[in-house]
Amino acid sequence: MTERDKILARIREALTVRAPYPGPEHEGAPPAAPTSPPTAGARQWLPSVGAGLDARLALFCQNAAALKMDFHLARGRDGLAGLLVGMRDTEGWRRVGVHRGELTDFACGKLGLPLCRTDDGYAVSELESCDIGLTECDALIAQTGSVLVTSRSAGGRALSVLPPHHVVLARRDQLLGDLPEAFALLKQRYAANFPSFISVITGPSRTGDIERILVLGAHGPKKLTVVCLQD
Amino acid sequence: MKVTLFIPCFVDLMYPQVAISMVKILERLGHEVECPEEIACCGQPAFNSGYWDEARTVAIRALERLQSSEVVVIASGSCGAMLRVFYPELFAGTPQAETARALARKCYEFSDFLVTKLGVTDLGARFPAKVTFHDGCHGLRELQEHSQPRQLLAKVQGLELLELKEKVCCGFGGTFAAKFPMISTAMGEVKCAQAQETGAEYIVSNDSSCLMHIQGLLDRAGSRLKTMHLAEILAKGI
Amino acid sequence: MKTFALDFKTQAAQLTADLRHRGLIQTALSKYEAVRDKTRGAFQDWPSARQAAAETKWEAINHLDRYLTEFVTKLEARGTKVHWASTGAQAREIILGILRDKKARSIVKSKSMTSEEIHLNEALAAEGLEVVESDLGEFIVQLRKEAPYHIVFPAMHLTRGEISELFTRELGSTPTQSPEDLTMTARRVLRQKYLAADVGFTGANFAVAETGMISITENEGNARLTAALPKVMVTLLGIEKILPRLEDLALFLPMLATMGTGQALTCYNSLYGGPRQPGEPDGPEEYHVVLLDNRRTELLADGEQRDSLHCIRCGACLNVCPIFRNVGGHTYGTTYSGPIGAVITPHLRGLQEWKHLSYASSLCGACTETCPVKINLHHHLLQNRRNACHSKPSFGERLAFRGFAFIFSRPAWYAFVRRAGRLLQKLHPLVKGTSLDPARSWTRTRELPPIARQTFKEYWRTRRTDPAMKHNRSVTRSGP
Repeated sequence: MTERDKILARIREALTVRAPYPGPEHEGAPPAAPTSPPTAGARQWLPSVGAGLDARLALFCQNAAALKMDFHLARGRDGLAGLLVGMRDTEGWRRVGVHRGELTDFACGKLGLPLCRTDDGYAVSELESCDIGLTECDALIAQTGSVLVTSRSAGGRALSVLPPHHVVLARRDQLLGDLPEAFALLKQRYAANFPSFISVITGPSRTGDIERILVLGAHGPKKLTVVCLQD
Repeated sequence: MKVTLFIPCFVDLMYPQVAISMVKILERLGHEVECPEEIACCGQPAFNSGYWDEARTVAIRALERLQSSEVVVIASGSCGAMLRVFYPELFAGTPQAETARALARKCYEFSDFLVTKLGVTDLGARFPAKVTFHDGCHGLRELQEHSQPRQLLAKVQGLELLELKEKVCCGFGGTFAAKFPMISTAMGEVKCAQAQETGAEYIVSNDSSCLMHIQGLLDRAGSRLKTMHLAEILAKGI
Repeated sequence: MKTFALDFKTQAAQLTADLRHRGLIQTALSKYEAVRDKTRGAFQDWPSARQAAAETKWEAINHLDRYLTEFVTKLEARGTKVHWASTGAQAREIILGILRDKKARSIVKSKSMTSEEIHLNEALAAEGLEVVESDLGEFIVQLRKEAPYHIVFPAMHLTRGEISELFTRELGSTPTQSPEDLTMTARRVLRQKYLAADVGFTGANFAVAETGMISITENEGNARLTAALPKVMVTLLGIEKILPRLEDLALFLPMLATMGTGQALTCYNSLYGGPRQPGEPDGPEEYHVVLLDNRRTELLADGEQRDSLHCIRCGACLNVCPIFRNVGGHTYGTTYSGPIGAVITPHLRGLQEWKHLSYASSLCGACTETCPVKINLHHHLLQNRRNACHSKPSFGERLAFRGFAFIFSRPAWYAFVRRAGRLLQKLHPLVKGTSLDPARSWTRTRELPPIARQTFKEYWRTRRTDPAMKHNRSVTRSGP
């Protein structure tokens, strides 16, 4: 008998004893035939996000400020280019870590900097020397001010976490309302073949481990910038 | 109504004025009060210590005597929780299981009885003083008594209620106070310090066991703060 | 066997007298409370969220064989090697086996309380392997050769001054009062470790059965780096971490963040479903998941207390526990402290050796009230006490409670004891405070109230026989 068999056998044996169902209204017994999972109603209980794209955009901005994440709305491709070039000059970018994508290719064309592309393999030391990790994303989430990425949409696992500044290029129609929507999107987009890495990123890296005082840039990026393209 | 008043052992022995206040109030409201002398204790000390057989020996007397009562009013949150919440657990799987459940349904802690069952909040009491209220944990969390004591205090003439900054355990915990005295004392010190901070003259509670612990610490520290049971204040004016 | 209990009492006595320490914990926790209340208050309906979370974990745990099998099948389908460990020793052997096989020399770890539970670091160190904790709080306590103080805030008990001294001593850094500088020092040091490590070791917050993924919640990004750079990745998790569906995370992740740190969402919530897949530019070539039982199946078999396996390790119960707040995390002397620790440690490490944790509680119920998955924590403490007495009653205590039961179920005896009590009270001042004082555990720090000159029962009896008394307005004077 393998250890797996032994453990599963112990589990099955243990479960022959009943445990009461939670919640006094159920009086210890589970519902007869549940039609939907218990968490299906999450949208009604989580913080409200408001209706319409404008309300969601406002909420995302509000969250961004609280998280110390930079958020810019770029009007058109020209606006996007202008913003990125401006940042490049202000912050003194010299090398860009990036992956191939519609928006990232466009951005790289405008930035005119040496690149470290992760798509076909890369040397970690090279990525480590980049000033920014430039990625796209799967979605923005208004409810929490989050960015949803996967290894497929954001150039792997390290690109969005190793360089000290993570810059995300998103489109306005990628802005979702809440977390349930985000997980539904993941399923819809990737159910046939999930990426091996998915992450919900909410602000720059931080720690409160020293006297509960907030410090940014503990290990991951100290700076997170989201540029949202409005065509 | 014929009210059976359950008097916990420590109220009987050390704080009889609390029980007498309750009798006065109930009779003033026109109810007949009986206090069964054959019940000495709800059995909680043994129950809390893990000796459930011994707890049942004591509790069964209460169960037998009270099962025929119309309504049972308990003079403390901790004993109230014992009868209402823990008796069904203690007697689960025994012949008394259903009796315990039936009894639980007609048990009320004193302040809960006045406000929830009788719908009474104003007893015409008068107590001009600055007062802070300590929520005994059993009353607060087992019996869900968040507002009843405060509704009663709000109607006491001249009384100013100054809230503690948090609702935290005073550290009595029954046998815990004797088994882990240093932790119990530390918790009590935090409670006394928070009470001091409010600027109140009195610490009021609906649980005399908490007050026994708090008063014991206050006396040792020579503090001017005094403890008082909610019922004693409500009886002022009858 | 009794030394754990004695250690606890000794430590508790020391720490409750340490006002500086109590103040430090109080400050840390009051900051947490303010943020937690605000974040929890933003929920439209927290009680319903709690109920749904409790139901979801009930479903997962009460069908654990089904969901665990689904989880493993999905993981294995995409190239993960899954290992099953019945005991901590087996888990250590499995992990060491992987490391030996890979000829690994340096391991970078992200936070894993389960690895503390099985004392993994000591085993790895004994093999001559370099293990570096990458979570800042864990890194700090690792340097101090200490156990984590709190399951979410490992270095809660330290001031920046103490951490600065530590870093100067162990890392040669310049002394500083700035938490930012200290964090940057750790960032620099640990960076090298990520880049050079052969193996990345992580824990897991959840295991999603439906999609075969583990979920890791963190603020710093160290777990993401641990899972991105080394060629081999190993994850250790208890079998109880299972959640049925991917979308359950939409509720669990914000609830964990809210109760754990008061954040709406922790900085990084990442899902890992296997080693690097075809077409992916990076990630470990090999991924191992080690599933740990370590007596969880025993807890599972206890129908009354099974719900303690619903725990999502948020630490909220620790934060509200007045015992934890006054004695601190190290006093518990075991991996899981606070109320959840007091409940499960007797099951995971032995009832008789660890029952004292279940006794060291005033049963205030704040833990049960705050638990986001509605574990009936303080009732489980009572059940542990009952089980301990049942299996091995203490002779003296049982005798005392038999006596108590005898006296308090017989009115005549109760009356006799009351009279004796009055007499003893008169004699009490002679021994009060001395080693002969039977009430010493009380009187050492508190005054005892006297037995009333007329107890209520005595008053009531008199009143019954004297009808005039019924309308007597005067109240018997007694007590303080």
